[in-house]
Amino acid sequence: MASNVIEVRGAVKHFGETHAVDGVNLTVQTGELFGLIGHNGAGKTTLFKMMLGLLPATRGEIRIDGQPVRGEAFRQVRRGIGYLPESLALYDNLSGLEIMLFFARLKAADPRSCLPLLEKVGLADAARRRVRGYSKGMRQRLGFAQALLGTPRLLFLDEPTNGLDPQGIREFYQILRELREQGVTAILTSHILAEIQLRVDRLALMRTGKIQALGTVHSLREELNLPLDFQLTLRPGAEEALRQALANQPAASVQFNGETVHVRCPREQKMTMLNALAALDSILLDLQIREPSLEDVFLGYSDATA
Amino acid sequence: MKTHIEFKQIGVIASKEFWDRIRNRWVLAVAVIFTVFALVIAYFGAAQQGAVGFRGMDVTIASLVSLVIYLVPLIALILGYDAIVGERERGSLELLLSMPITHFELLMGKFVGLAGALAFSTLAGFGLAGVLLSYQLGPAALYHYVGFMLSAILLGMAFLSIAVMVSVMASDRMRASGMAIGLWFFYVLVYDLLLLGILVLSQKRFNLSFFPVLLYLNPADIFRILNVFGFEEVRKLYGLATVLPATLASPWLLGSAMVMWIVAPLGIAVWRFK
Repeated sequence: MASNVIEVRGAVKHFGETHAVDGVNLTVQTGELFGLIGHNGAGKTTLFKMMLGLLPATRGEIRIDGQPVRGEAFRQVRRGIGYLPESLALYDNLSGLEIMLFFARLKAADPRSCLPLLEKVGLADAARRRVRGYSKGMRQRLGFAQALLGTPRLLFLDEPTNGLDPQGIREFYQILRELREQGVTAILTSHILAEIQLRVDRLALMRTGKIQALGTVHSLREELNLPLDFQLTLRPGAEEALRQALANQPAASVQFNGETVHVRCPREQKMTMLNALAALDSILLDLQIREPSLEDVFLGYSDATA
Repeated sequence: MKTHIEFKQIGVIASKEFWDRIRNRWVLAVAVIFTVFALVIAYFGAAQQGAVGFRGMDVTIASLVSLVIYLVPLIALILGYDAIVGERERGSLELLLSMPITHFELLMGKFVGLAGALAFSTLAGFGLAGVLLSYQLGPAALYHYVGFMLSAILLGMAFLSIAVMVSVMASDRMRASGMAIGLWFFYVLVYDLLLLGILVLSQKRFNLSFFPVLLYLNPADIFRILNVFGFEEVRKLYGLATVLPATLASPWLLGSAMVMWIVAPLGIAVWRFK
């Protein structure tokens, strides 16, 4: 049975009158790939910093690997944690390799692992170049390589794909997948919801310092009961025929968008809708069924609160 | 909560800070400044009296004391003012503190590394000048010169400690630099004038027996007294320093006071940084 690597109980963080984190309870299991999403200022980064022991909690308890984050034993736990901050700042006067060696010394990691890690993130050729000349994407790759020093068992990745090109994003998640197979736990935030919806095991949606929803993408969809989206491409002039065909589907909503028509209906009416659309064989050129995306879920919870 | 200190972590930070200053030629630049100024002042120090050339070591040191009092605190404050606030403003402090290192170790590492760079450039700069002067003045004079160099290093460390404290307390680099310059003005330019002003204005209306003790509240004055009191001839050249009774002029007492000036601001910095 997987054990909890992160345990957050009733965590509260106040900055004066601002309740940045407000009574968060959360557990993350070993080997889990966990997403933390929310609006800007929802409290994700503050919670990250609290879990890393960078910010003391106003109230509540946070344990990583069973150790309180502000305790003496947490130093040893930290050697097994990799962190990639949202606003990554590195030393411009040093080369990528020198930065890796510096952090390797701090983490008591094997300095011989620095070059292979730079190779892993695609920075082998730039290893000896000063970071001053690195692009944003290269800096982000270097930050990720730094987080992987010392074979971490737990990764905190705050907006890890910031500045990465599509190839870089794919390589990043490929590495993450490999690490997960080795039992590494990762907790990450991202504003690009499409990017993480297929990749995380579970996620938490934060809003005004609280966890508004917690679960798998599937379970959150179920909880909101968001409609399915049928995307249809019709022959020109077939709109009226479609309206007539759907006249006996009162729960369906139809939206014309140029050549594409979106028909939304409750999930439980999926087969009824498919049967109705099958009858339109002569006017239907294409049909796609789209499950509600994580973005739909995110916006659904936002609407529910509003 | 008690946390044990890992000296290795202090060493990692100190080593980076030190080598950063070597690589960007900061140490070299400061050493050259010290050498050139030291030689120029040693040679032209008596120009006001209508003579130039190398004179006795005591007079040379007296001339260099003024140089050091202006230059070393300024260099130390510039060196240390962004030690912490700079990391915070760039955003690298967060990443550093996510490593297995305590606030204390990080701060001490910064101080030790910067102090090493400052001490190295002071020794190299004044040392080279000292070697060149020894040809003119004889090796025996170097004994006093070594004392002068060591006290200059202590002075630098005292102001570096103040700079690190400022760096911890300031909310941004701009404020930190303003505070550093303000402190330099206060300790190097204003403090003695203030004391003299009080002395003159009081017109013996107050009991001023505590007055010499006030000199201990300025590391620049402690440095001046340390280097001036040893030479009878030079003491006469200085006004304020000579008001100090002999009991307060013990090199050990002065040295201890200087060490306190290193420890106390650093202690406050550690306390605030935590």
